[in-house]
Amino acid sequence: MADTATDQAFVEFERVQKSYDGENLVVKDLNLSMPKGEFLTMLGPSGSGKTTCLMMLAGFETATHGDIRLDGVSINNIPPHKRGIGMVFQNYALFPHMTVAENLSFPLEVRKIGKDEREKKVMRALGMVQMQDFAGRRPAQLSGGQQQRIALARALVFEPELVLMDEPLGALDKQLRETLQFEITRLAHDLGITTVYVTHDQTEALTMSDRVAVFDDGRIQQLAPPDTLYEEPQNSFVAQFIGENNTLMGVIDEIAGETCVVRLDDGSLIDAKPINVTEKGQRTRVSIRPERVEMDKTRLNPDAHTLKAEVLEFIYMGDIFRTRLRVAGSDDFVIKTRNAPDQIRLQPGAQIDIGWMPNDCRALDA
Amino acid sequence: MAEVMLAADGTPLKRSLARALRRQKIRALGLIAPLLLFVLITFIIPIGSMLFRSVENEIVSNTLPYTVQALSSWDAEQDALPSEDTFQAMFFDMFIAAEAKRHTRLGTRLNYETTGLSSLFRQSGRKLDDIADVSYEPLEDLDKAWDDGETWYALMNARDGTDESLLAEQRGRVARLTDSETLGDINFAPDAEVAALLPLAAREYTAWAIYVATQDGRDPAARDPWEAIAPALALDLQTADLSGYDGPAADMLRAAQDANLPAPDFTAAFAEIDEDWGKRVPWETIKTHSGKFTSGYFLNAVDAQKTADGMAWQPENKQILITLFGRTIWMSMLIMCSCILLGYPIAWLLANLPMRQANLLLILVLLPFWTSLLVRTSAWKVMLQQQGVINDVLVWIGLVADDNRLIIINNQFGTIVSMTHILLPFMILPMYSVMQTIQPTYLRAAKSLGATNWTAFWRVYFPQSIPGIGAGSILVFILAIGYYITPEIVGGTKGVFISNRIAYHISSSLNWGLAAALGTILLVAVLILYWAYDKIVGIDNVKLG
Repeated sequence: MADTATDQAFVEFERVQKSYDGENLVVKDLNLSMPKGEFLTMLGPSGSGKTTCLMMLAGFETATHGDIRLDGVSINNIPPHKRGIGMVFQNYALFPHMTVAENLSFPLEVRKIGKDEREKKVMRALGMVQMQDFAGRRPAQLSGGQQQRIALARALVFEPELVLMDEPLGALDKQLRETLQFEITRLAHDLGITTVYVTHDQTEALTMSDRVAVFDDGRIQQLAPPDTLYEEPQNSFVAQFIGENNTLMGVIDEIAGETCVVRLDDGSLIDAKPINVTEKGQRTRVSIRPERVEMDKTRLNPDAHTLKAEVLEFIYMGDIFRTRLRVAGSDDFVIKTRNAPDQIRLQPGAQIDIGWMPNDCRALDA
Repeated sequence: MAEVMLAADGTPLKRSLARALRRQKIRALGLIAPLLLFVLITFIIPIGSMLFRSVENEIVSNTLPYTVQALSSWDAEQDALPSEDTFQAMFFDMFIAAEAKRHTRLGTRLNYETTGLSSLFRQSGRKLDDIADVSYEPLEDLDKAWDDGETWYALMNARDGTDESLLAEQRGRVARLTDSETLGDINFAPDAEVAALLPLAAREYTAWAIYVATQDGRDPAARDPWEAIAPALALDLQTADLSGYDGPAADMLRAAQDANLPAPDFTAAFAEIDEDWGKRVPWETIKTHSGKFTSGYFLNAVDAQKTADGMAWQPENKQILITLFGRTIWMSMLIMCSCILLGYPIAWLLANLPMRQANLLLILVLLPFWTSLLVRTSAWKVMLQQQGVINDVLVWIGLVADDNRLIIINNQFGTIVSMTHILLPFMILPMYSVMQTIQPTYLRAAKSLGATNWTAFWRVYFPQSIPGIGAGSILVFILAIGYYITPEIVGGTKGVFISNRIAYHISSSLNWGLAAALGTILLVAVLILYWAYDKIVGIDNVKLG
């Protein structure tokens, strides 16, 4: 089994470590394997090691330990310009003294491709990003979004099999970012390119990727498709980092198979699903998504535990209502309800009971 | 009809806006006013005065006004010598100039054009009295009263009518000659009748009276006039009709006329003072350079001279300035190029090293700035001389024989080496500030696109660093072209620049006009190069930070 996995993997990190100063590891024991054609996002807070991983893959940083393989071949000792990996940078890095067309033909020129073919490829790449009319312009004459399209076209023009993107949309405004997110994923899938995308924006990661690798502290905390990542976080970091999340601290009171009972710090009991807790008496952090909190008792299991809650604040957000509650001594417990015609608008000061399905509440590491 | 935009109160919007902005403008002007004045007084005005000095030539016509006038009718091509009138005018001009000690200055000025004129003027000034005595001594013998200033004053001072125009004309003559103010009460005015009767004597007496009153602060009534009055009187009496005159000293004048008071033969007298006056050369020089403005200094500055027949090249052995200009530009280019070659890698290191190391390196680059220019140049003298550090080391290593030490100072090599060192920071700093703005991602992007290190540098990094090279080059070249101290100290004779020549003319030969012309040419050369640079590279591409 292990052998076939290696055969199929297009990009592979094996026990990779990286240190800049010889004292601290920026990347600790990274193992990752990507099949061809996958769109993988490295997501994490700044300083989590995701960009370092990308730079090691591109060849601008060398791994302190471990092996990086591309299509089965170790690329540790191959200089960046021989790796044939396309790359899109955060600040576009378009050469300011060249026109758009010259920028695009640069990678073809250094590959000694003839003039006619060069022009054909440049126009085709510009066509992919709908920028044919801008061939004669200088980068400074383009808007941020246009520059990013050109940067994308330049990374694709020499037809690499692997494209790396380092927070390419970080400098753009929200609307433009959404348009380009869609365009990038479409291009990547149409061309069948393997893509490694680095971002700290979780929405971007969830909407664009086949799989997301959540980085923290130099390790991959969880590597999973977006829906799994959101709904089934493996530890409290992932739960906190992806989406909004309510957490309550407590101790395991009872544990049996797929369910457990947690005694919160104020003494009340709740139902949860044990994820990385194993025994009674263990300290735990329970995590529940705001939209999975239920106020209607009839929709819960008959024997479900409920909690008393006091409404502190009601925020009208258009499509949803966001209500802040005091629950079990915590003041920032949030629930989200859909703005439906029959939905109740809670008033501050009201006392309510809340509960949830045991599956939605995950008992994670403290 | 276009409708005029109105502000809320009905005034045109444009006027309203201008009024609102006026305060700001005045305040801004107030802020820059001190600097503006400073620059104006210490920079613009001196440069303007320098430019003016390179063409200004009033000294000839101010010192020898009547001679210049007389020479205007002299045809230098045909007539052998100027007329007797010219010699006569020269006598009176030179006499007052000698009293005012201006004739030596004029001699120095004309000596730039024709060697020998300086001593000719200096010696002639002393011997003018001999010419005057030809008339003065017989006059004295006729009547002792002629020796008395009161006699002259009584004769010349106004009684019924004043010759105002003569007075004004002579005030101007003395003012231009002495370069000073001659207005105010002088206790004398020329009598109109006498001025008509004895024009030359009245002219010279008036000039004298103005001179003693304004320059010496004495009362002309109590002083004896200069001896030059006697030849003037003698010349006047040759033609004067005294029959109708019955004013003061009428009898004395008649007696002098009857006695045929001798006037000097000026042509012969000047030839006797110095045989050069009997040649055409000094007269040609005076005539050629008699204009208020001259192109002579500029012609001298390019190894030519102004002659009676127009422009002519200097003799071969006196041509040095064009060579010097060429050498200055050529060596400045060499210095600029070596600064680029040496500075580029350092600037690159500065821009790419980690902060701490870059700061240390920057301090090393700036260190020379904190040392006196003179000290640095002197240090190079110590380094480069034949018994100096570099030669000693080479001999010690065995690369050079002890009796065959390298000559690397007092020649062009010495100048180029030390000036490159001194000007290097001016090249490094602009390059550094431009390179700092070139993000390292450009190189990474180039490499990720498949470029080798060299291609990435040459196609991507270098083109972006050109503005820095341009700025540094302009700075270094313009500084180098006007450099003075370093070539002076380490340049010997072969490695000096045009500025050393300018300094020589300012402080040693005192030919300020030529110095100004050389400076003007240098300034124009720099402006032309700047213009050419703008055309070729574009000044917008120059960045200093």
